[in-house]
Amino acid sequence: MAKLKKKLNGLRRSPKSLIAVLFAGLLVVGSGYTAVNAAVSPDRQTVRSESQIQYGKKLFLANCASCHGRNAEGRELIAPSLIGVGEAAVDFQVSTGRMPGAASGPQLQVKPVQFTEEQISAMAAYVGSLADGPAIPDQAYLQANGDPTKGGELFRINCAMCHNAAGKGGALTEGKYAPGLMGSSAKTIYEAMITGPQNMPVFNDANITPEEKNDIITYLTYLQENSSVGGDDLGGLGPVTEGLLAWFGMLGLIIAITVWLGAKSN
Amino acid sequence: MSNATTSKKKNGFLAGTATYVDDRLGVGGVLKEFGRKIFPDHWSFMLGEVALYSFLVLLLSGTFLTFFFQPSMTQVVYDGVYAPLKGAHMSIAYASSLDITFEVRGGLLMRQVHHWSALLFVAAAGLHMLRVFFTGAFRKPRELNWVVGFVLFVLGMAAGFTGYSLPDDLLSGNGLRIIDGMIKGIPWIGTWVSTLLFGGEFPGHAIVGRLYSLHIMLVPALILVFLAIHLVMLVVHKHTHYSGPGRKDTNVVGYPLMPVYVAKAGGFFFIVFGVIMLISSFFTINPIWNYGGYDPSPVSAGTQPDWYIGWLDGALRLAPTGIEFMIGDNTVSMNILLPLVVSLVFLALVALYPFFENWVTGDKREHHVLDRPRNAPVRTAIGAAGVTFYAVLWAGASTDLIATSFKMSLNQVLLAMQISLIILPFVAFIVTKRICLSLQRKDREIALHGRESGRIVRLPHGEYIEVHEPLESHDLYKLVAYKEYEPTLPRPNAKGKITLSARLRSRISRFYFQDRISPATQTEIDENAHHAHELEEQVQKAIESSK
Ligand code: HEC
Ligand code: HEC
Ligand code: HEM
Repeated sequence: MAKLKKKLNGLRRSPKSLIAVLFAGLLVVGSGYTAVNAAVSPDRQTVRSESQIQYGKKLFLANCASCHGRNAEGRELIAPSLIGVGEAAVDFQVSTGRMPGAASGPQLQVKPVQFTEEQISAMAAYVGSLADGPAIPDQAYLQANGDPTKGGELFRINCAMCHNAAGKGGALTEGKYAPGLMGSSAKTIYEAMITGPQNMPVFNDANITPEEKNDIITYLTYLQENSSVGGDDLGGLGPVTEGLLAWFGMLGLIIAITVWLGAKSN
Repeated sequence: MSNATTSKKKNGFLAGTATYVDDRLGVGGVLKEFGRKIFPDHWSFMLGEVALYSFLVLLLSGTFLTFFFQPSMTQVVYDGVYAPLKGAHMSIAYASSLDITFEVRGGLLMRQVHHWSALLFVAAAGLHMLRVFFTGAFRKPRELNWVVGFVLFVLGMAAGFTGYSLPDDLLSGNGLRIIDGMIKGIPWIGTWVSTLLFGGEFPGHAIVGRLYSLHIMLVPALILVFLAIHLVMLVVHKHTHYSGPGRKDTNVVGYPLMPVYVAKAGGFFFIVFGVIMLISSFFTINPIWNYGGYDPSPVSAGTQPDWYIGWLDGALRLAPTGIEFMIGDNTVSMNILLPLVVSLVFLALVALYPFFENWVTGDKREHHVLDRPRNAPVRTAIGAAGVTFYAVLWAGASTDLIATSFKMSLNQVLLAMQISLIILPFVAFIVTKRICLSLQRKDREIALHGRESGRIVRLPHGEYIEVHEPLESHDLYKLVAYKEYEPTLPRPNAKGKITLSARLRSRISRFYFQDRISPATQTEIDENAHHAHELEEQVQKAIESSK
């Protein structure tokens, strides 16, 4: 008995068992997490036809492989692997004109869109066929028919620190920035949240549910469609442009009027 | 234009009114005196008035807002017309500001009028201060009025800050949070002061009500009192004027206040009012509905204060990080204390400058004729350095917008600003002083030799000269009428000792007046005129003989 106990004690102390315990723990937590995640995000894979995937692969080899590698495995220091980024990422990147990327400063820039919708979905289908990832969002969540109040609250809590409370954009460190959202479509907004492009974090369905994403889209759509009730919004940049207008528009105008009147009376 | 002494008219409207009031209140003398005040005519003298009139607009629009604004932080559920906030939880203060905006007739316009005139008020007061500084209008006997004006400027910032925080929206709440942080950054007493101010842990339930009391009672009342002192002192001192023939330190040239000036001023009020209404009708200011009610967790990108608080925000942003240290258990947050101290010292320097300059020059006479900025090169250069320092701090408050608008790195913009804050004021000083001296040199040149006429004449012996035209006495006066200060030597005091302060004073005096251009004297001008006359005769002869 004592012998067994000793043996067990020895086992407990050995580094091998430590690894085993850690591994078991990770397995439990990891599979639990996946299960939970799967539960909140039901697979919305669209059906992909083989010919579409082939067409997508052709396009990919011609336009993207130079950076992302022939099998989308990524090339070190040039571009990341696209295995598992999902159809949503491709759709977001290509339909906003970010991809194909062009070497530039600290952040890849938005450029004119280079592909038709059909080509984009083909490339998305190809990348999606490599491994599962965030799918193109369901139309049901892109109707901007949610609750704008809730959307506004979620936006202020989750997004305003980078994109500004009115969605006008803002600066990040080292020349990076969060763009203004006044021209983003519902689909772009949704896909940005689920794929987290560049320096934007991912907001998966456990963070913000699809319904809540629709609320955020509803709020942003309201801001896009309704111009400021108070007159021109001066770029929505707040007190800085207001101050400039006060100095140059108001005080400048008043001084110009007095100088003009003075010149007239003399 | 008429001289003060020439506007005498018996039994006019003015005298009649004065008699009527005098018979009843015994203040006719005052009224008459005030009405006969002479006010000179120059646009830069109107800046103070712009501030005064925007303050009147602030009083009127602010009173309108008090009819509808409710300074309470009790939470309610919003049930107004603005869709993206319907059903949101918010304070009554924010809800009532939204109601003013969307439901009170003319409410949004009044909010915008109030806020735009607030920006204009402080801007006009600031520019007015600069005018006073650069023309030396703060010299004896007006040093105290400079201080009163300075207090008004600071009160303007206080009024603006307390007002800005009233609607209790996200942006103003972020601003209050920064103030809270600054207060808490003061070693030892900070936390206590913050608790006292906010009535507990930030944000608490008291702050909007407290700021409201300050905003609509204490601060406007103080502004009114200081305004009254300011204006009474203006009347007592009489107005200054720019130099010109007949304009001396003993008179004022301009129009009498009544009736010409008051009629003009009345018209001017409507110009200011009109510009405020125009801007308020067409441009949004502080769109609080975009920001949502205050909630301590979110912070918006691009959070900025109104322009007049911007330089303080800039000071905070530009402060280097990692300079805090510990004393016992307390962290001394130098990254907060340093900007605080720097801004307070800057304000103190502004307030005390007249006394400093007076100490340096030792000038005990009264001054009613203004300096042309070039004729006080070092003062003008100090002013330029101060303006530059302030401007860099101000720009520092918008580092993030500069970075995104011009596609630069935020970190680089910040570093560039930190360097500029130290270097640029010196550059501004040197450049301004040089420019002033060369302008003075040019003035002297023109005073002595007249204007270049562009007429080139060949003399009989072959020499080419350009003919210079002598100046009108009016123009000449402007160029030569200024007092030249010279550096003073340290003088021994009554006990025959040269004190440290006397030595210091002489050093600063040298710093001020070492480099200087003397105005052309009458003898020099006469001599040159004589010479020019001879030359002109030669020229005439040459022309004659060539015919
Ligand atoms: C010039 C090189 C280049 C080309 C060509 C290019 N990309 Fe990229 N791509 C990049 C880089 C670099 C990134 C990483 C951006 C980042 O996150 O900083 C990227 C990122 C992406 C992402 C996002 C990956 C993620 O983790 O979400 C997708 C999707 C993508 N590219 C798709 C494409 C497609 C599709 C094409 C062809 C139409 C393409 N790219 C062409 C350089 C390139
Ligand atoms: C940490 C900062 C950060 C946060 C938080 C953030 N974003 Fe972004 N967002 C970015 C950056 C950076 C980009 C640009 C990425 C790029 O160009 O690849 C971006 C891009 C986007 C775009 C694409 C805009 C376009 O039209 O091209 C959308 C839409 C967007 N974000 C929405 C959101 C929403 C909604 C939230 C909140 C749920 C959010 N973001 C939170 C940083 C952020
Ligand atoms: C002396 C100069 C004053 C300045 C610089 C000033 C400035 C401001 C500012 C910037 C705001 C925020 C406005 C907004 O965007 O909502 C504000 C709000 C307000 N002010 Fe003033 N104000 C001044 C005087 C007054 C006076 C005299 C009154 C009342 C008699 C007043 C009453 C109010 C009220 C009730 C609000 C809140 C209204 C709202 O936010 O909708 N103010 N003030």
